[in-house]
Amino acid sequence: MKAKVIVRLKDGVLDPQGQTIQRSLNKMGHEVTGLRQGKYFEIEFDDLQDESAVRKQVEEIAQDVLCNPIIETFEIEDIS
Amino acid sequence: MKFGVVVFPGSNCDHDTYHVLKSVLGQETVFLWHQDSDLQDVDTVIIPGGFSYGDYLRSGAIAKFSPVLESVRRHAQEGKLVVGICNGFQILQEAGLLPGVMLRNAGLKFVCRHIYLLTESNQTFFTAACQKGQVLKIPIAHNDGNFFISPEELAELEENRQILFRYSDAQGNVTPAANPNGSLNNIAGVTNRSGNVLGLMPHPERASESLLGSQDGRFIFQSLINGVQH
Repeated sequence: MKAKVIVRLKDGVLDPQGQTIQRSLNKMGHEVTGLRQGKYFEIEFDDLQDESAVRKQVEEIAQDVLCNPIIETFEIEDIS
Repeated sequence: MKFGVVVFPGSNCDHDTYHVLKSVLGQETVFLWHQDSDLQDVDTVIIPGGFSYGDYLRSGAIAKFSPVLESVRRHAQEGKLVVGICNGFQILQEAGLLPGVMLRNAGLKFVCRHIYLLTESNQTFFTAACQKGQVLKIPIAHNDGNFFISPEELAELEENRQILFRYSDAQGNVTPAANPNGSLNNIAGVTNRSGNVLGLMPHPERASESLLGSQDGRFIFQSLINGVQH
């Protein structure tokens, strides 16, 4: 079983890396009007585990480890 | 005073800090390995700079789960002194012992140079050897030193006088031009609410011998030493 988690910077938190990528894209001629950089995680579990138990663990992992709640939020994209 | 310098995989200012405390200032000093939970009865714990666990995930994010950090947490809860320098500051933030978080520097460059710091108060364990409003010349060396916190919590920090060091010019003027990394309110160092835990981005251990161009870092270490001796 695999869980997919996306961690994003909250709105309003400065993202200098995203801004730099956007500036490069603009220089290349792409008409990009905004870009925010995030993180993506794939976490694997034993297939025998119950999906709701896995979801609970993934929420805990994302909240305590994968994101810093001061500046980031997380979203569980998929568990299957 | 007995100092303990924490060593993580990737710490790289541990030996500099040990050298200054032991050889320059003549204090009893021990290394504290990250897998050990015994703090060896030290009075003050220093978490030094570096790249603990390669800065993987976020700076300090993995180090906060190490056994030594649990003991450091208890040490702090007992009101004893803890100082986090650079990566040590980031670790203490991740561990929730200090407020805020460090974003990538606003200019996206690793900044490594001497800067000036305005000491906001000399009524603390960490600055008692300083003059009121003293300006310290100490180097910074970091990629993620852009202090960020919510506006409400920033107001609380200001109100509680938890901001101990701000980036300034040589005269102590806190200006946008003196801010090397985009930190909110030019914040370079903060304490916890009860004033026994300090985090600062500048490296006092790199400014404690005349050979290195400044000895101003000694004011911070000497404050700690005086505090216990008195």
